[in-house]
Amino acid sequence: MNFVEEENILEINRVVMTFGGLMALSNLNSQVKKGSIKAIIGPNGAGKTTLFNVIAGSFPPTQGTVRFKGRPIQHLKAHKIADRGISRTFQTVELFGNMTVLENVMLGCHTRIRTSFMASGLVLPQSRRKEKWIRESALKILKFIGLADKFKASADSLPLGEQKLLEIGRALASEPELICLDEPAAGLNETETYMASSLIKAINAKGMTVLLVEHDMKVVMNISDEILALNYGEKIAEGSPEDVRNSPRVIDAYLGGGAV
Amino acid sequence: MLRIAKLPIAVFALSIIIFPWIARQIPAIEHYTDIMVFVGIYCLITIGLSLLMGYAGQISVGHAAFFGIGAYISGILTANYSINAWACMAIGMAVTAVVAALVGTPSLKLKGHYLAMATLAFGIIIFIIFNEEIEWTGGPDGMPGIPGLSLFGFEFDSVERYYYLVWGFVLTVFIFTVNVIQSGAGRVLRAIHASEQAASALGVDVSRFKLLVFVYSAVLASLAGSFYAHYLNFINPSTFDLFFSIKLLIMIALGGMHSIWGAIIGTGLITFLSNEWLHYFEEFEIIVYGGILLFVTVLLPDGLAGVPGIVKGWFKE
Amino acid sequence: MEKITLASQLLQYLITGLTVGSVYAMVAVGFNIIYNVTEIINFAQGEFVMLGGLIMVSLHVAVGLPIILAFPATIVLVTMIGILIDRLAIRPIRRPSVLTLIVATIAVSILIKGTASLIWGKDPFDLPAFSGRNPITFLGAVVQPQYFWVIGFLIITAVALSIFFNRTIIGKAMTACADNADAASLVGINVKQMILLSFALSAAIGAVAGIAITPISLMEYDRGAMLAVKGFGAVILGGLGSFPGAILGGLIMGSIESFGAGLIHSGYKDAFALIVLLIILFFKPSGLMGSIEISRIKRF
Repeated sequence: MNFVEEENILEINRVVMTFGGLMALSNLNSQVKKGSIKAIIGPNGAGKTTLFNVIAGSFPPTQGTVRFKGRPIQHLKAHKIADRGISRTFQTVELFGNMTVLENVMLGCHTRIRTSFMASGLVLPQSRRKEKWIRESALKILKFIGLADKFKASADSLPLGEQKLLEIGRALASEPELICLDEPAAGLNETETYMASSLIKAINAKGMTVLLVEHDMKVVMNISDEILALNYGEKIAEGSPEDVRNSPRVIDAYLGGGAV
Repeated sequence: MLRIAKLPIAVFALSIIIFPWIARQIPAIEHYTDIMVFVGIYCLITIGLSLLMGYAGQISVGHAAFFGIGAYISGILTANYSINAWACMAIGMAVTAVVAALVGTPSLKLKGHYLAMATLAFGIIIFIIFNEEIEWTGGPDGMPGIPGLSLFGFEFDSVERYYYLVWGFVLTVFIFTVNVIQSGAGRVLRAIHASEQAASALGVDVSRFKLLVFVYSAVLASLAGSFYAHYLNFINPSTFDLFFSIKLLIMIALGGMHSIWGAIIGTGLITFLSNEWLHYFEEFEIIVYGGILLFVTVLLPDGLAGVPGIVKGWFKE
Repeated sequence: MEKITLASQLLQYLITGLTVGSVYAMVAVGFNIIYNVTEIINFAQGEFVMLGGLIMVSLHVAVGLPIILAFPATIVLVTMIGILIDRLAIRPIRRPSVLTLIVATIAVSILIKGTASLIWGKDPFDLPAFSGRNPITFLGAVVQPQYFWVIGFLIITAVALSIFFNRTIIGKAMTACADNADAASLVGINVKQMILLSFALSAAIGAVAGIAITPISLMEYDRGAMLAVKGFGAVILGGLGSFPGAILGGLIMGSIESFGAGLIHSGYKDAFALIVLLIILFFKPSGLMGSIEISRIKRF
């Protein structure tokens, strides 16, 4: 528990998202406190990933605003949102399979330091220095997530658990203030899930706000400070893990409460 | 100035430098120097295209258009208005950059087939313009009387002088491009190729990068076109047709899309095939190219540059 | 007097446009058949038209077979070539990516073009018109009867395909593949066969178009590429995957080209269709018949 009271790093106001005739999100309101870990839960199709995509800038909401550190971001494209300090991972791991583990994380540094096309081609000293700095930053992150010894391996060659860790590491490279993890435990076994949870807690301990979508209730209950429960694009409960676990609407949504 | 693979490039540069001398010693291949001038000119195009296709993962089936724009601007301005040839080259490159940006911006938002068709259509439209605007271009009969190149009185009026001029540019562009690939910018390109979505999420302005590489490749093609015009002193639209755009693709596919070396190798082989080995079998030219492209696409997706990898794979088993 | 002349001029352009547009429509339908089942855009689509025309010339003019025999024979031959393309160029590709498939079909189109140049040379060839060349006067416009043959073939093709896809089992199976290849194979549909069939069908339709148009515009070895690009323009105009869209798109494309050539500048005739293609691609790639998602499931 590591958050500053009353300071919301992310605000979602009256967000509506419709695709053709389908309303994926309807009048959603929520906040994420700075420094906390917040989980979004809900049955399949509840709109969790859609909400993520709206926050991360994959598409703008049909209505409503998203504010990050007080400034609206709902109209920004994904790469601009990354510039503002939000990082994300993907439900199905989107690593750069054609590059090494290290190179994947080096790419993550893109928002912090950029080399221009011309400078690269002419190999100006400044671009060499930048490369060196990026490389060292990336190695530090690999050490933090425990993949330092595999830095030369092709990203494709890692087992799924390590791929997920790598994706998180890559998202960390930009030193974001808010990191959005889309189902970080999906497809992982017990050990891998434990490693992922520990990593998330460690990231949060360093001051980073974490927003995650997750199906694995053990993980959610274990690490979240707050939970937002969605169903059919609407908020059905929000609050501490105990509150949400006992909410009748949540129990209803999960058909009898067995899952929670 | 380079970090990795200095030796192959040095060897390559050396070979380029001594080649004309070797060719002069053997009467049967003396004219190879002339063919190598064309290889050099086409390499300027394929190096850029290779970056676009192999690294940024975008396809262009219309690059003959940029080749032609450079050629015609150089031709028209030097032949009709006697403007300094080097200035015209720069003007050609600038105009091409603008055209490429105008065409590229909406086109690169398209995926796969749409992009291929858009570039193909663009290429044909430019080709039609070259044929129809007879007052400017001379139409299908072509435009003669394009002067050669000279610098401070030194005339590039022999095959060998032109050879060194062109290959000087090629080596410079080659080294520049290799540097880009091995740097942060190259990494961004490979990331875009692997997953545009993830690259975007990490702050990469994907559209801007794709456009940058597209314009770079177009400008190089324009430069090549100018060299072409000043070498032959004559150009006509049939050089800049769809088939030439496809020939460029074949050069890159044959050499290997993911390797700049591949571009050079493929360009060399196809140009020699065209100008030398198929000389007496011109009717077979089209079918041979189709066959090569199909063979490479189906059986050698990484082109000749991928062969060492395949051979290594055999030995591992 | 002036008004009548202008009106009949415009009617002339329209009929020409619909005729040429029928060819584009048939190319477009061929594109859609293959695309719906495989998601491949077959750059060699235009070559089927070219082959239809030239093979017919060989069989009917050179060998002397009567039209009633040469017509089906040509279609069979071109269909076999379509099958060959699937077998030799598409199926063997080990790592089918969009880029690879585009390049493969480009390669095939060049191969076919190259072979055609060897067999028939580079000169254009003519076919006798099916019902003679006495022009028909139609509301002030003077039209060759062959024009109506071409438009007629489009209508026959459209009706035949409609029956095929909606009423026959094989046709329905192909539609199922287009919707969801995995589900289709789970219910026992041989997807590979369907792909083969899609190439065969597209080839046949292309051949019909080629045979029908040759008496009007002749046919030479390198007509394929331009037909493919314009046919693709028709596809996009109508909405990728939609058959009614393809037909509408083709007719509109042909008409724009015809009016453009007649009213503005005939040298730029080909450019008109291409500019339309670019405009659609840049501004509304989902075409006239709606969104990309909808066009995926549009049937006959």
